[in-house]
Amino acid sequence: MLNFEANGRSITAKKGETILKALNRAGIKVPTLCYMEDLTPTGACRLCVVEIEGRPGLVPSCAYPVEEGMKIQTHSPRVVRSRKAIVELLLSSHPDDCLYCSRNGTCELQSLAEELGVRERRYTGAKNEYKADMSSLSIVRDPNKCILCGRCVRVCEEVQGVSALDFINRGSCAIVGTAFNEGLNISSCVNCGQCVNVCPTGALREQNHIKEVRDALNDPNKVVVVQHAPAVSVSIAEEFGMKPGRDVCGVMTAALRAMGFDYVFDTAFTADLTIMEEASELAQRIQTGGTLPMMTSCSPGWIKFVEQFYPEFIGNLSTCKSPQQMMGAVIKSFFAQQKKLMPENIFSVSVMPCTAKKFEAQRPEMLNDNIPDVDAVLTTRELALMIRRGGIDLDAIKPENADSPFGQRSSAGKLFGASGGVMEAAARTAYFLLTGQELSELKIQPLRGLKGIKEARFQIGDLDVGVAVASGLGNARKLLEQIKNGRDDLHFIEIMTCPGGCIAGGGQPFNADINAVTKRMKALYTIDRDDTLRVSHKNQEVQKLYDEFLGKPLGEKSHHLLHTHYAPREVMH
Amino acid sequence: MTTTINEIDTILQQYPNAQRDALIPILQKIQDQFSYLSRDAVVQVGQHLNLPVSKIYGVATFYNQFRFQPLGQYHIQVCRGTACHVKGSAAVLKSLKHELGIEAGQTTRDGLFSLEIVACIGACGLAPVISVNGEFYASLTPEKVKHIIVSLQRKANGEDSNE
Ligand code: SF4
Ligand code: SF4
Ligand code: SF4
Ligand code: FES
Repeated sequence: MLNFEANGRSITAKKGETILKALNRAGIKVPTLCYMEDLTPTGACRLCVVEIEGRPGLVPSCAYPVEEGMKIQTHSPRVVRSRKAIVELLLSSHPDDCLYCSRNGTCELQSLAEELGVRERRYTGAKNEYKADMSSLSIVRDPNKCILCGRCVRVCEEVQGVSALDFINRGSCAIVGTAFNEGLNISSCVNCGQCVNVCPTGALREQNHIKEVRDALNDPNKVVVVQHAPAVSVSIAEEFGMKPGRDVCGVMTAALRAMGFDYVFDTAFTADLTIMEEASELAQRIQTGGTLPMMTSCSPGWIKFVEQFYPEFIGNLSTCKSPQQMMGAVIKSFFAQQKKLMPENIFSVSVMPCTAKKFEAQRPEMLNDNIPDVDAVLTTRELALMIRRGGIDLDAIKPENADSPFGQRSSAGKLFGASGGVMEAAARTAYFLLTGQELSELKIQPLRGLKGIKEARFQIGDLDVGVAVASGLGNARKLLEQIKNGRDDLHFIEIMTCPGGCIAGGGQPFNADINAVTKRMKALYTIDRDDTLRVSHKNQEVQKLYDEFLGKPLGEKSHHLLHTHYAPREVMH
Repeated sequence: MTTTINEIDTILQQYPNAQRDALIPILQKIQDQFSYLSRDAVVQVGQHLNLPVSKIYGVATFYNQFRFQPLGQYHIQVCRGTACHVKGSAAVLKSLKHELGIEAGQTTRDGLFSLEIVACIGACGLAPVISVNGEFYASLTPEKVKHIIVSLQRKANGEDSNE
C-alpha cells in the first residue's frame, strides 16, 4: 500500500496502480480522452494531467503510477487551464456541427467543452476536408470529426485482433484509416462496431436504417414485422435514463406496436429454433464423425473473421443461420403463408444490439429467391431514437406480449444475449436429445460471467464432452491457435464477436462501462432463474412450427430455410 | 515496373525471422528496387513480419519517403528547402498539384507525372526549383510551372519535339 495526497486529502493506493485509478477510487474525477480501461495507456491526449509537487511539468495521470508521498493537485488553475487549452485546440479544427451530429447529446467532446467552460473559439485552425467513408454496410467513418484519440485503433487491435484501422500520415495530415486508406468495405473490418462504442465523437457511427423503416411504416401496402434480439430488452432502458440492468421487454413490445409495427416477435423464439437445429447438428456430427469441434455461427462478425483470417475452420462452423436470419426466413415463409401474404409485401425489421447484423442481413447467402430474409436492421440505439421521435413515454405504457405464431420463448433462448448463453442453452437441449433426460442442474456456472474464455466438461451418456466459450475476437484467436496447435479435447465452441457477448454489442447504448454490461448480463440470468420455461426443446410454438411446417430438425425444409454455407474471403490484412 | 511476388520474396529472404524493427529497412529495400510499394508487396511484408497491413501502411505513411504508386514517366521533385520556401516554393507546389490534380506522393492516372516533395536538393541559387527526372527548372513561378507541364505533355504525345 502506498500513501499519497490529492488536493490536501490523503489517499491510499495499491502498488503499481496509476494515479488516475487511485483518484477515481477516492471519488476524484479527472477527465480523460485517450484512456481505456484495461488497455495499454498511450498518454497521448494529456487531458488527464495533474500537478505533482516538486515536478516541473504536468503529468498524465492515466499513464503514471502512484509513488509514496506524492502531493497531487487535480484541479488547480494551472491544470484546468491546460485541459481547457487541449480541448480548445481539438475544437479549432473541428466542424461546428453538433446540431446535426449523430452524437449530439452523447458526445464526449461536447461534454468536455461544457465541463471545462469553453464558451468561445479562441483558436482557429486549418480544417482538412475529408469525405466520409460510407462504403461499409455497417459502419460510417467521418474523419472530419475524428480527434485522433486512438481508441478505435486500440479496440480493433487489442480487443478484436482485427487491426482494420490505424493512424496514417502524420502531423496535420494525420488521420485514422484503413490500409491504403481504402473503404472499410474492402478492409479486414468485421463490422463489430466496438470502435463505434468507444469513439468519443461522431467520427464513427452505424449505417442508419431509420429512414427505410419509417418509409415502410408509412407505406400502406407493406406489412411491417419486427423482431428484437435477446440483449436489446435488458439494455435499451439506459437510453431513457433508467439504471442499467432493467428489462423492459413488455413495454418495448408495446412501444413497437404504438409506432405502427404490425407484428412484434422476440428473436429468442428463433434462438430456441437455432438450438433445436444446432444441438441436432452437434449430435449428428458426434455420431457420424463429422468435423469437430463445431463452432457457433450466430455472430456475423465472427463469421467474417473466420472467412478472412481462418478459412481452414470454415468446415467447423455450424451451418445454422443466426436467430435473426432464421426469424427472417420463417417470417417470409411460414408466417406469410399463415397470414396469406406475399413475401415481397412483408417488410421485415430486426432490432439488434449489433452493427454486424446489418452486414449479415445483406449477405447474398441470406436471400431466398432474391428476397432478403431481413430488410432492415436497427441497432438498440436507433430504436431508442425512433421511440423518442415517436413521442412514446415508456414509463406510461402498459407491457404487451409478442405475437403468435412465434409468441413463446424459453429463457434459454434469452440467454443468447450473453457470452456463454448459446452454449448453456445448447447443452440443456443436446443433453436431452442424446439421453432423453433433462440436465439435473440447468444453470452451468462455469459458462457464466464476463471472462474472455470459459470452458466446461459434461458427461453425456458415456461421452465426455468438452466445450469452450470465447468472446471478443482476440480471445477467439487464442482458442483457434490452440486448436491449430493440436488441441483436440473440445466438441463445441461458442464464439461471440463482442467482449461479453451481445449485451456489449456495437449497437448498444453509448457510454456503458463494465458495470453496466455486468448488470445487463445479470438481468438475463435473473430472467432465466425466474422463468418456468427454461429449455428450448419445450417451446411449444417451436414444436408447432416443426409439426405444421418444418418437419424435423435438419430436415429438408430446415436445410433450405435455416442453414447456409460460407466461403473463404479475400481481404487486405 | 511491376513487382512480382518472387522478387519481393527474394528481398524478404534476406530477413529471416525478422521482427518489427526490420520493417523500415525492408520497405526501403523494396522501394529502392521497384520505386514504390505496391499493395501486393505490403501484404507480403505483413505476412512475413506477422503485422497487419493497416499497421504497415500507417508506419510507411508516417515517413515521407515511401510512395504507393509507381513513378510517372516524368518524376517531379519539388524542393521545399529553406531558400526555396522563402522564394515561394509553396505557390509552386500548389500550382503543380492543381495542374496535375494529384497530391505529393501520387501519380497521375495516365502515368505521365508523379510528384514528390524533397528537402533541400542543393540548388539554392536557383530557388524556387524543381527537378524533372533529374533536370532542374529554376526560379519558378506558377505561370512557368503551367508552361512546363504543358510542354512535357506535348513532348510525351510527340506533338512538339523541339521543346
Ligand atoms: S462529434 Fe461531438 S463535438 Fe463534434 S460535431 Fe458531433 S456532437 Fe459536436
Ligand atoms: S467495426 Fe470492429 S473490426 Fe471494424 S474497424 Fe471497428 S472495431 Fe475494427
Ligand atoms: S475515430 Fe473516434 S475513436 Fe477513432 S481516433 Fe477518431 S475520435 Fe478516436
Ligand atoms: S487520458 Fe491520459 S493521456 Fe489521454
